[in-house]
Amino acid sequence: MTPVLEIAGLEVTFPTQEGPVAAVRGVDLTLEARKVLGVVGESGSGKTVTMLATLGLLPAGAEVSGSVKYRGRELVGLAPRELRKLRGAAVAMIFQDPKTSLNPVQPIGHQIVEGIRIHHPDVGRKEAAKRAVELLALVGIPQPDRRARDYPHQFSGGMCQRAMIAMAVANDPDVLIADEPTTALDVTIQAQILDLLRDIREEKGVAIVLISHDLGVVAGLADDVAVMYAGRVVEKGSVDAVYTQARHPYTRGLLASVPRLTDTRHGPLQSIGGGAPSLLHLPGGCAFHPRCPHARPNCQVDDPRLRPVAGVEAACHYAEELGPVASK
Amino acid sequence: MTPLLAVEDLVKHFPAGGGLFGRHARQVHAVCGVSFEVGRGETLGIVGESGCGKSTTARLVLGLMPATSGTARFDDVDVLTAKPKALRALRRRLQMVAQDPYASLDPQMTVGASIAEPLRIHGLYRKGGKDRVRELMTLVELDPDHVTRYPHQFSGGQRQRVGIARALALQPELLVLDEPISSLDVSIQAGVINLLADLQERLGVAYVFIAHDLSVIRLISHKVVVMYLGKVVESGLRDDVFDRPSHPYTQALLSAMPSANPVAERARARILLPGDVPSPLDPPSGCRFRTRCWKAQDVCAVEEPALVDRGQGHPVACHFAEAAPQVSGLADPARQDAPDLPNAAGLPFAP
Repeated sequence: MTPVLEIAGLEVTFPTQEGPVAAVRGVDLTLEARKVLGVVGESGSGKTVTMLATLGLLPAGAEVSGSVKYRGRELVGLAPRELRKLRGAAVAMIFQDPKTSLNPVQPIGHQIVEGIRIHHPDVGRKEAAKRAVELLALVGIPQPDRRARDYPHQFSGGMCQRAMIAMAVANDPDVLIADEPTTALDVTIQAQILDLLRDIREEKGVAIVLISHDLGVVAGLADDVAVMYAGRVVEKGSVDAVYTQARHPYTRGLLASVPRLTDTRHGPLQSIGGGAPSLLHLPGGCAFHPRCPHARPNCQVDDPRLRPVAGVEAACHYAEELGPVASK
Repeated sequence: MTPLLAVEDLVKHFPAGGGLFGRHARQVHAVCGVSFEVGRGETLGIVGESGCGKSTTARLVLGLMPATSGTARFDDVDVLTAKPKALRALRRRLQMVAQDPYASLDPQMTVGASIAEPLRIHGLYRKGGKDRVRELMTLVELDPDHVTRYPHQFSGGQRQRVGIARALALQPELLVLDEPISSLDVSIQAGVINLLADLQERLGVAYVFIAHDLSVIRLISHKVVVMYLGKVVESGLRDDVFDRPSHPYTQALLSAMPSANPVAERARARILLPGDVPSPLDPPSGCRFRTRCWKAQDVCAVEEPALVDRGQGHPVACHFAEAAPQVSGLADPARQDAPDLPNAAGLPFAP
């Protein structure tokens, strides 16, 4: 199967007053057609920057190297004009906060029409408007013909996110990048949106990159998952493999520190000591070693690379020794 | 034993503009007749989604805003009607931890000064205040040598620990924590939850713990209150509510919580609530949940269900309350006495 999106050796560096910050330090990710790839990590792990770099949406000063291929076509270094043709057409993105992603002074329907006509100038206004209403119906907006004339402030958070999804799929993209699409939403609304993404994937056959800090959100939707830490992918594999046989101490720590609804014990949760490292002063060797319960002296010197270990890929020198972990 | 905090029939309406001088002002019904009790050294978890009134309840209980009606008795003194002087005395015993530790700490003050502030205000700093600050930093597992550092030099989790140290400075009997961990990263959350549990054990402090995350509530609470649109829909002992959720909203909430188990996530039936929470400006008549409820009948629009025990062993505000232990799809399969979920009633199940 040919991947629709192939990221290889991606590096992103931002110049700051205190020196260059390496936000993404050699990321390899592959998104197969019609699949969902979950990207999990905490704030500052580089998951959003990776995706922004993919779409060429980073601010001017950012230095990007490596390769991002969409259906075999290199996107890094592509002329802005060419990139604009892809964005919103072949590759679309939705963001965490739908309210700030929509234009507050334009009706929702109008914004969808605009998205359609930018990529298909031959489509007439009327036809595009009709299509916008169909899209709003598709994403479950009640009375879509009437609501298309509403402004974003007349929509709830959940409905704004539905409108964003309608806009994103307007031009039948192959790839949808969803950056924390439910983080700003309530639990019951989150369930609605995840369900919608599930339907959209089925109906439109779109491949999805689902960025989230929530292991639960990713578990229900993704086929594959990549765990990021300090600008690197530290573990990846199929969701089932990573969630039940994680080999990287960070992934295992994350999984163990999530409180589960089924937990009835009143005992302490497992937690990962310390905090995420500053990207300005990354520790030598493995970036996770200061927080790692299994760290040994060579972890401070040797930087582990991602390698296959029993069903997953993990970037840890001692992945084999850790053995599989039974999920709770 | 009398409870430490007894909240009864708490009501808060906010005027919502409209009309000159507010003559035709509409009212936001933020909190409508909320009652609960918190015993010494125990944790009451309040759970609900945005706009359910949980934060307003917290602010009322702390005496930070006047209530429309109701009482909140803290050790037999009504916080809501207490004179300013009495309220100040109460505040030593009643403290809060805010959601965003970055916004709640003065960026220009060292963390030591922030922690010392309550001590100074209450005239307790001169005698041994310096040592007390160091002691508090140690208590929340921060390095006491970092007293001279500023908030920006700490991570989110550490800042929240500073917030907790400051709240504990006056040795309060009750701590109100409003979403204390929701702005923190997952790996950091666990440490703060553990710290809070540990502090309760050591200091005997009671918590009112507000969160939207049910799994955190389950982990830390002794008693649980579930709120929807300004009302308590279900309350009781933790295991009663989690093992026998009986209000459709509680069941939907539990069912909507994603779990970090791919196999269970794909397999389970989810209760998907249609639509959004209605506006608190104009809440639905009768039961406020009826507009999204799959059990709703005509009676629900007319008669408001009282929060009483309807045979489930704990109070539930639903005419058709029915315990459903298998709601999360993850509950103990050995329990065979579970009634099936009512999917025949037009419930939009996701596969």
